[in-house]
Amino acid sequence: MENLGALAILLAFCFAIYAMVGSVAGKLAGRPFLIQSAQRAVYTVWALVTIAAVVLVYSIIQGDYRLAYVWETSNKTMPVQYKFAAWWGGQAGSLLFWSWLLATYSAVVTFQNRRKFREMMPYVIAVLMFTQTFFLILNAFVVSPFKLLMAGKGVIDLGDGQGLNPLLQYWTMVIHPPMLYLGYVGFAVPFAFAMGSLITKQPGEEWIKTTRRWTLVTWLFQSTGIVLGSAWAYAVLGWGGYWAWDPVENASLLPWITATAFLHSVMMQEKKGMMKVWNMVLVSSTFFLCIFGTFLTRSGVVQSVHAFAESPIGKYFVTFLAIGISLTVYLLLNRLEFLKSESQLESVLSRESSFMFNNLILLASCFSVLWGTLFPVITEYTMGEKISVDKPFFDRVNIPIALFLLLLTGVGPLIAWRRSSFESLKKAFRWPTIVGVATALILMATGMRHVYALMSFMLCAFVMTTVALEFWKGSRQIAAKSGQFLPMAMIELTHRNTRRYGGYLVHVGIVIMFIGFTGAAFNIDKTVELAQGQSTDLGPYNIKVIGYEEGENDQYRWDRVVIDLSKNGSHLDTVKPERRFFIASQTPTTDVALRRRLNEDVYINFAGTGAGNSYVMQTYVFPLVTWIWIGFIVVLFGTFVCLVPDKKKLVFPRMEVVGIGKPEKVQS
Amino acid sequence: MSKNLKFGLLAAVILGTLGWLAAGGVEQTATYYKEIAEIQKMGNDSVDKRLRVGGDIKANSIVREGNKVHFTLIQNNLTLNVVYAGSDPLPDTFKDGSQAVADGKLASDGVFHATKVQAKCASKYEAKPTGSVTRG
Repeated sequence: MENLGALAILLAFCFAIYAMVGSVAGKLAGRPFLIQSAQRAVYTVWALVTIAAVVLVYSIIQGDYRLAYVWETSNKTMPVQYKFAAWWGGQAGSLLFWSWLLATYSAVVTFQNRRKFREMMPYVIAVLMFTQTFFLILNAFVVSPFKLLMAGKGVIDLGDGQGLNPLLQYWTMVIHPPMLYLGYVGFAVPFAFAMGSLITKQPGEEWIKTTRRWTLVTWLFQSTGIVLGSAWAYAVLGWGGYWAWDPVENASLLPWITATAFLHSVMMQEKKGMMKVWNMVLVSSTFFLCIFGTFLTRSGVVQSVHAFAESPIGKYFVTFLAIGISLTVYLLLNRLEFLKSESQLESVLSRESSFMFNNLILLASCFSVLWGTLFPVITEYTMGEKISVDKPFFDRVNIPIALFLLLLTGVGPLIAWRRSSFESLKKAFRWPTIVGVATALILMATGMRHVYALMSFMLCAFVMTTVALEFWKGSRQIAAKSGQFLPMAMIELTHRNTRRYGGYLVHVGIVIMFIGFTGAAFNIDKTVELAQGQSTDLGPYNIKVIGYEEGENDQYRWDRVVIDLSKNGSHLDTVKPERRFFIASQTPTTDVALRRRLNEDVYINFAGTGAGNSYVMQTYVFPLVTWIWIGFIVVLFGTFVCLVPDKKKLVFPRMEVVGIGKPEKVQS
Repeated sequence: MSKNLKFGLLAAVILGTLGWLAAGGVEQTATYYKEIAEIQKMGNDSVDKRLRVGGDIKANSIVREGNKVHFTLIQNNLTLNVVYAGSDPLPDTFKDGSQAVADGKLASDGVFHATKVQAKCASKYEAKPTGSVTRG
C-alpha cells in the first residue's frame, strides 16, 4: 500500500512539472494541444495526489502501524473521526493535505476556465503548478508520510500507535485545520490570476472579477479557521483565553489581515481604477504570508506552544519564498507602466481616502504582528541576543488600531466617493454620533471607567447606527415606491446589491465580535485552593467544593471536583472540572467546567491536588465572550449574502469605456 | 495645502503614534533569552530584567504549595530553582522530564520567579519510536 502512495506522489510531482512547463511552452510556441495536455496533466496531478491521500487515510483507519506517520498520530482506541483528523494531525500528513487541497483547487480552476482567458490561463496554471511542485517535493523527498518504521524484513505489525495528541481530540480540531488550510491554500488562486494577468498584460480588471468569489470564499475559510481555533483554545486549553499572540496564531492572522485589506482595496480598482500596484502587492503578500505561515508553524524558527518539532523543511520554504518573491517583485517592477492609476485622490474627506486609511491601518497592524513575531529572530541577528515581546506589546499596538478600524467601518460607507463636504458629513453622522456618545455616557453613569472599553462600546454603537440608517434609508425608499412591507423591502434592497449590504452585515458581525472582545477588559481571575466543603467568592458567584470523583475508560483515567455554583445565595448549577490522563500517550489534559451565558461565562479549571485533601483550581469570569461566537455567525451570514448574485443587471459606465463586450453588473 | 500632503501628514501622524506605542510595548515586554549558565554569571545585571530560560524539568522536583509551584530546571548539568506564581494554569504538558520555558525575573536569592511557564513534551510530534516490534 505505502508503495502505491509514494509512487502516486512521485508521479504527481512529474506531472506537475510537466503541466507547468507544458502550458507555458504551449503558449509561447502557440500550440493549443500542448496547452490542453498541460491542462489534463493538472487533472492527473489531482487524481494522483488523491490516491496518495486515500492510501494514507486508509492506512490510518486500518491501523497500519508500520507506517511512522500512522504510528505517531493514531492508535486503536481513537474514534474514527479523530483517525480521519490524524490525516492533518502531524507534519507529513498536513503537508500532504496542503498538496491535495492545492491540487483540488487547481483542477477546479482549470476546469472552470477551460474555455476562458486563453491568454492568461496557461500562466495561471504554471503559477499554480509551480507551487504544487514545491509541495510535492516536500511530500516526496523531505517529509514523506509513507515512511516505514521498519523497512521490510517481515515486519507486519507494530502493535499500537501513540495516538493523536489528546488536546487535538476535540470537535473543533477536526474542522479547524481544514478550514485554515482551505483559506491558506485558496489564496494561491487569486495570486495565480494576478500573476497571469500581469504577465500577459491583460486590459481591465478581469483577474479581480474572476477571482472575487474565490477571494471571498477563501477569506471566509480563513476567518472560520481562525475563530474555530480560538474557540478551541478557549474551551480546551484551560488558560481561559481565546487569543495569546502565539507565533502560530499570528501566522494565521497575518494573511488574513492582508486578505481583508485586499477585499477592501479591490473596490477602489473596480470603481476608480486606482491602487492597481497596491492590489498586486496585497494579493502577492497574502499568498506569500500564507506560505510563510506554514513555514513558521513547521520549521521551529520561533518558539511556540504549538509544539511542531524542528525539522529540515525550513530551508526549502525559505528557498521557495525567496524565488517566488523575487520573481513577483521583478514582474511588478517590469509592468509598473501597465499598472498606472486611472484617477487621482481628490480629497482627504472621501470614500477613496477612507479606503486608503483602512489599508494603511491594516498593513500597520500586519507589520506590527509580523515584527513582534519575528522579534527574537531579528534581535538575534542584529544584537546577538534573542529578545522576545509578549502579549502587552501586541495589545498596545493593536487595540488602538482595532478601534480606529472600527471608526472607519462606521465612517467609510457614509462618506461620498471623490469628495465630501463638511456639511453633508455633519448631516450623515448626526445620529450615529449622538447614539455613540449617549452609549458612552450611559455606561459611564453605570460606573464604567475603562477608557478603551468605553471607546469601543461607543464606536460599536456608532457603527451599528450607521448601518441601521443605511438599511432604513434604502428600504424605506423601496417600500415607498413599491408599497412593500418594510422588512420585505429590506430583503429586496439587499438582493439588489448583495455585495454592499452583505458587506454591511459582515460589519455588523464584526461589531458584535468587538463587543465580545471588549468584555476582556472586565475579566476576573483567581487561583484558589479549596478542600471538601470549603467555598470562595468569585465576583458575584460563589464556588463550593461538594465532592470528588474518579474513574477510568479505555482511553484515559480521569478525576474531577464536583462544585456547587451559586450566585447571591441561590443555587445555579453543579459543575465538574475534570483532569484526564491519556494512557496511550501518557499525556495529562484538563476538561474545564464552562458555564456559558450571554452576559458572562464562568470558567473553572481543575489544576491539581494540593497539600492535604485540597484541590487547586483556576477560576475565571469572562464577560461577553459568547458574543464573539455569535458575531462570527453574523459575519458568516453576511459573507454568504455577498456571494449571492445581484438581482438586477445594470450597465457600469466605466466598463463601457474600457470596451469589454457584454454589459456587466453594477457593484457598488 | 495640497491633498497629497494632507493625506501624507495624516498617515504620518497615525504611523508615528503606532510606532511610539510599539516602541513602548517593546520596552515593557522585552524578554531576554538566556541559558542557565549565562544567568548564573549575570549577577546584579539580571535583577529587573525580564528573562526567558529553558531547560528540562528535573525529575521529582515539582512541588505544589498553595498557589505556588516550585520546580527545578536542568540545562547542561546546571540547575535553576524556579517558583511559579502566575494566575494561568500550568500547561498539561508540564511534568517531570518535559522541556519547559519559564519567563520571569531572577530574585537576589538566586531563585527564578516565573510569571509564565510553557512546556512541551519534546517527543510528542516527531518522536523516535521506542515501541517493541513484533516479528511474525
